[in-house]
Amino acid sequence: MKKTVFLGTLAAAGLTAGMAAATTLEDVVARGELNCGVNTGLVGFAAPDANGNWTGFDVAVCKAVAAAVLGDASKVKYVPTTGQTRFTALASGEIDVLARNTTWTFSRDTDLKLDFVGVNYYDGQGFMVRKDLGVTSAKELDGASVCIQTGTTTELNLADYFKANNMSYQPITVDSNAEGEQQYLAGACDAYTTDASGLAATRAAFADPENHVILPEIISKEPLGPAVRHGDNQWGDIVMWTLNALIAAEEYGVTSANVEELSKGTENPEINRLLGVEGELGAMIGLDKDFGKRAIMASGNYGEIFAATIGESTPIGLARGLNAQWTQGGLLYSPPFR
Amino acid sequence: MSDTHAQTVAYVRDTMLEPKPAPSTQTGAVKWLRDNLFSSWLNAALTVAGLLVVYLLFTHFFPWFRHSVWNADSLKECRDIITGEFGEGATGACWGVIRERWHQFMFGFYPPELYWRPVLVFVLLFVALAPILFTHLPRALLSFSAIYPLLAIWLLWGGSVWPVVMTGAGFVLGYLALKLLGNVNGIIAGIAAFAVPILFWMFAVGPIDDLLKQIVPISIQSVDSDEFGGFLLAITIGVGGIVMSLPLGIILALGRQSDMFLVKSFSVIFIEFIRGVPLITLLFVASLLLNYFLPPGTSFDIILRVMILVTLFAAAYIAEVIRGGLAALPRGQYEAADALGLDYWKAQRFIILPQALKISIPGIVSTFIGMFKDTTLVVFVGLFDPLKGIPDFIRSVFEWKGIYWEPFIFVGAIFFILNFSMSRYSMYLERKLKRDHR
Repeated sequence: MKKTVFLGTLAAAGLTAGMAAATTLEDVVARGELNCGVNTGLVGFAAPDANGNWTGFDVAVCKAVAAAVLGDASKVKYVPTTGQTRFTALASGEIDVLARNTTWTFSRDTDLKLDFVGVNYYDGQGFMVRKDLGVTSAKELDGASVCIQTGTTTELNLADYFKANNMSYQPITVDSNAEGEQQYLAGACDAYTTDASGLAATRAAFADPENHVILPEIISKEPLGPAVRHGDNQWGDIVMWTLNALIAAEEYGVTSANVEELSKGTENPEINRLLGVEGELGAMIGLDKDFGKRAIMASGNYGEIFAATIGESTPIGLARGLNAQWTQGGLLYSPPFR
Repeated sequence: MSDTHAQTVAYVRDTMLEPKPAPSTQTGAVKWLRDNLFSSWLNAALTVAGLLVVYLLFTHFFPWFRHSVWNADSLKECRDIITGEFGEGATGACWGVIRERWHQFMFGFYPPELYWRPVLVFVLLFVALAPILFTHLPRALLSFSAIYPLLAIWLLWGGSVWPVVMTGAGFVLGYLALKLLGNVNGIIAGIAAFAVPILFWMFAVGPIDDLLKQIVPISIQSVDSDEFGGFLLAITIGVGGIVMSLPLGIILALGRQSDMFLVKSFSVIFIEFIRGVPLITLLFVASLLLNYFLPPGTSFDIILRVMILVTLFAAAYIAEVIRGGLAALPRGQYEAADALGLDYWKAQRFIILPQALKISIPGIVSTFIGMFKDTTLVVFVGLFDPLKGIPDFIRSVFEWKGIYWEPFIFVGAIFFILNFSMSRYSMYLERKLKRDHR
């Protein structure tokens, strides 16, 4: 009994200490650097080059937030996280934002005490098979052996999909994408499954991409987005509206090239509010009014980032698909800046 | 037979017969082959099977090595060169990735303009190790070995020189306390040797440090722990762990043999706990769990955390290896030490440990080699080890996506060189220390 009381007191003391601590925004400003959790390396999304400079689709989110909050897109410390360490790194405060192609799911949002602030990439799980297998649909994969990464939502989706279609499969578990490719190429499995974006990049890097096909079925919804800790809504708002600023900028045709020009004032009041010419939107989230402009200047609007990192002009060659603006038949839809 | 003379017998041969060559089955390569490879039907069959396996492996892998490409900046370029030179369908090794990313394999994300610092530390490591490893070198070099760890820390992480100097000063104070009070009372001296430096570090260092920083600001550019990577990280953790775990392991082994209840039970619990828990669990504790317990905002260096846990881990194993050495000593050695009137520490220093450690050398070196290889496990806590952390980064750039074996082979070769040297040195040491049956 005494022990429980003691532990309880300790826990309460710990909690109050935690609450007394500064907000994430104050921490980041005081530190002068944004700690951004990224993937330990995923083609197109986050990768350091030979000089150690990080680039990629998720990295651009980190840069935009750093630009919005600190005024300098280079003030980011990239913390590579693995599938296992990413959530604890966020919960323990080691990182401020998790921008690591993480799927927004119910249990992660609630039970793991994360707040997903939006979606920066709508992905889905697909299959790749060798062309000479003669398979044209995932429905024909009954009895196939499938290479699958452990500890990911894709593993669960695969089980669900085969169960729902009353098919059997033999899972060949692998630890990383590189190992999965190797197993697949060595013929250890008939099909390789991961997010469709990953499949496209993997296939493009093969010596013989023409001998492999990505099946048309997408068997899951994988909304990937940046996440923050539960409980600090101001910080959540900052990341959310930085991301929305990038999306809205594309919708209104604000690019890194013309943002300087447009921030002198335009006919469109929505653009004016986005760029801080009109209104005091920034102050409402604890920033100055130029935060949107700086976020866009970091690496361009959503469309520019997409085109530069994973779009059709890059070797990965992803089409916009679901990730087009809502006006173009996609799902990107930023709430109004008002 | 005295009448048998040249004159009395018809013919006497006066020259020696030329020796005949040994039968061809009893000499040279044929004999060696017969003795070693084809001495029975079973051995002959095994030899043929073995040769077949070697042949298959060779024909399978040799073309891949023969088609090596060094001058390429992407996997695709490699493939094009190989196809161009060796025809359609040829496969080959693409070592271009090692050439282009060599510095990342070696230093991780350490700032390139500061590469001279780790290189200098690495060279000085051998200077510091030489007098310890080879006893015929001048003993004066040992004083450099003593200050080397602090010098290495300063050069690797940079920053102001004074915290490092203060740390060293603490050790000196502890040593002085031991010397000065040693004449008065052994126990008090022992306690003072621990207490003085700790009190010094806790209370005196802060103000003195600030003062010195203002008066004599000596400092070099500081480097964060998360910029360490590759072999720099593996060797830093490995060497740090080896240096700290040996003394700790000896103390634990002695503690486990001790008659004092508290010392003995603490040692047993510690050793059994650490040996019973996987290293990865401990690493996760170091990187994640500690954050929950430490007050928010405290940053306790991740490499230091990992190094401490790796040290504790290796120390528990070394303690058991040394306990084996202690157990192998005949009881007469302990009794002889007692009969000479030596106290406990003197008996250990002059009689017991030199023999026990000599017996334990192979086990200790095995533990070190294992620990050095285990440093690659730090990839699980987000540090960039050379085996998986760095290659994963490299593969995540489209130019090198799909490269798989080359980094493994390269890193494996370097690990082999380092571990093989350690193993060879331990054999040299065993031969040198061999005192019986010469």
